[in-house]
Amino acid sequence: MKNAAQPAISVSGLRKSFGDKTVLDGIDLNVPQGTIFSLLGANGAGKTTTVKILSTLIVASGGRAEVVGHDVASDPDSVRAAIGVTGQFSAVDNLLTGEENLRMMADLNHLSKKDRQRRTADLLERFDLTEAARKPASTYSGGMRRRLDLAMTLVGNPRVIFLDEPTTGLDPRSRRGMWQTVRELVAEGVTIFLTTQYLEEADELADRIAVLEDGRLVAEGTAEQLKRRIPGGHVLLQFSEPSGFQTAQRVLGQDAHSDGDALALRVPNDGSLHSLKALLDRLDHESVDVDTLSVHTPDLDDVFLALTGDSDNEKVINR
Amino acid sequence: MTAAATTHPLRDSTTMVRRNLKRMVRYPSMTVQLIAMPILLLLLFVYVFGGTLGAGLGGPSGGRAEYINYMVPAILLITIATTVQGTAVSVAMDMTDGIIARFRTMNIARVSVLTGHVIGSLIQAFLSMAVVIGVALLIGFEPSASLGGWLALVGVLAAVAFALVWLTVAIGQTSQSVEAASSLPMPLMFLPFLGSGFVPTDSIPGGLRWFAEYQPFTPIMESIRALLMDNPVGDDLWIALTWCAGIALLGYVWAKRLYNRKA
Repeated sequence: MKNAAQPAISVSGLRKSFGDKTVLDGIDLNVPQGTIFSLLGANGAGKTTTVKILSTLIVASGGRAEVVGHDVASDPDSVRAAIGVTGQFSAVDNLLTGEENLRMMADLNHLSKKDRQRRTADLLERFDLTEAARKPASTYSGGMRRRLDLAMTLVGNPRVIFLDEPTTGLDPRSRRGMWQTVRELVAEGVTIFLTTQYLEEADELADRIAVLEDGRLVAEGTAEQLKRRIPGGHVLLQFSEPSGFQTAQRVLGQDAHSDGDALALRVPNDGSLHSLKALLDRLDHESVDVDTLSVHTPDLDDVFLALTGDSDNEKVINR
Repeated sequence: MTAAATTHPLRDSTTMVRRNLKRMVRYPSMTVQLIAMPILLLLLFVYVFGGTLGAGLGGPSGGRAEYINYMVPAILLITIATTVQGTAVSVAMDMTDGIIARFRTMNIARVSVLTGHVIGSLIQAFLSMAVVIGVALLIGFEPSASLGGWLALVGVLAAVAFALVWLTVAIGQTSQSVEAASSLPMPLMFLPFLGSGFVPTDSIPGGLRWFAEYQPFTPIMESIRALLMDNPVGDDLWIALTWCAGIALLGYVWAKRLYNRKA
């Protein structure tokens, strides 16, 4: 690592148009090494186009993009040597077996015969494909195929991996497996650039999330930051004794609403440290005995709909 | 990390050739279909049409025996044409499969994906032609070529196959679907018929005859025929090789351009 502070991906003013249709309209991104960055957006928002530009498949119409310090337009080969790509459409050779696919990737990565053998066996084992190793990939299930696809991407030990909707069309079990693998990779120091249309996935995995709509980034931040931008968060207080419940009700007055449940109160709160502390101070001052406290921020679905919705919602976005 | 950006065109091409040969073995129905076509045409023309057409050639022996010697060059070209039809199909399969996108994002010699198809198809074409010549020999084909003639023949056939393979690698990339890729190279199958492949061109009328005399397959078939029968090749050989060089260059430039195309 010559420079740990160097971002894995850095993009500024990235633009792409096909004919007179603008797909990306000035995008700025910065992804630190060893983190998961998720680009969230509906179909047609420009996610795949972004991945294609960053992975050197197509050239941008304007702006600048660097991956591990190499410009994608002027030095694509250095970028290619550092990245791996697994897209939503599987890139495996269906007529070859799983093992042959991996061996081919080892050959294309110019591994020695010994390394090829070891790497192929390791990856088959890691992705639970040892048993199916000698069957043609065309006979694999969707989940197995996606695992083989990712295994092929890993043969070259990429430092940055682009996962373009890696779990689209997978069953819940396979999806969780994929998530687990992604976490392991990041623990090893790999940087992940993930596109997804599943909020749950971005919430689960990403260190930072950017929301893409019509070729523009409409929001960027951690999942929590994004959620806090939407009104509707609250704190739920639960009490073990009716006396505590009554005191709290008196202290908080109109701010509190009973939650249907006899001994619980719902207090509007944006979930920030500052407003939580203010609430706790009020309760503490009156020695209210609270059993449990939980913060409910709107989930990413609320955020997503608010950020990418119709013009009514745009007032919320435009700070 | 400086070594990472260097390319290994030879090693990468070898890997790709191995991939394509494996694919042919795994997908035998296509391979068999591609080789069955020329053999069926050979049998059809020799046994059904051969008696009459052979008599029309006016050679010393006449009939079937004379005719098979006359039409083997056309069958060899049809063998190459069906092989490259397979090339177009497998290139189109690659393009629709997503694996090409993977190769494009890897630091491998870019041309190796295409050379893999080209060399794989050349090997397939020669295997198919060996089978076709074998069948022809069994049913009465009697070539009189010398060793030098055979070597020259291999050279000419390699040049033709090389040119047509590059052309169909380009055609396979332009096709939007595998089905389209299998029908686009069809005209190549018919060119031997519209030339000196099955009948001498002077028996063809009018404008069609003009086409038959000047289209590229005619000098190619004349050269092959002359080499097989140990006759002087004359100018046909150079005209044939010039055509091959031209088609190969066009196909290569076109194929490479399509492959490197960035939207």
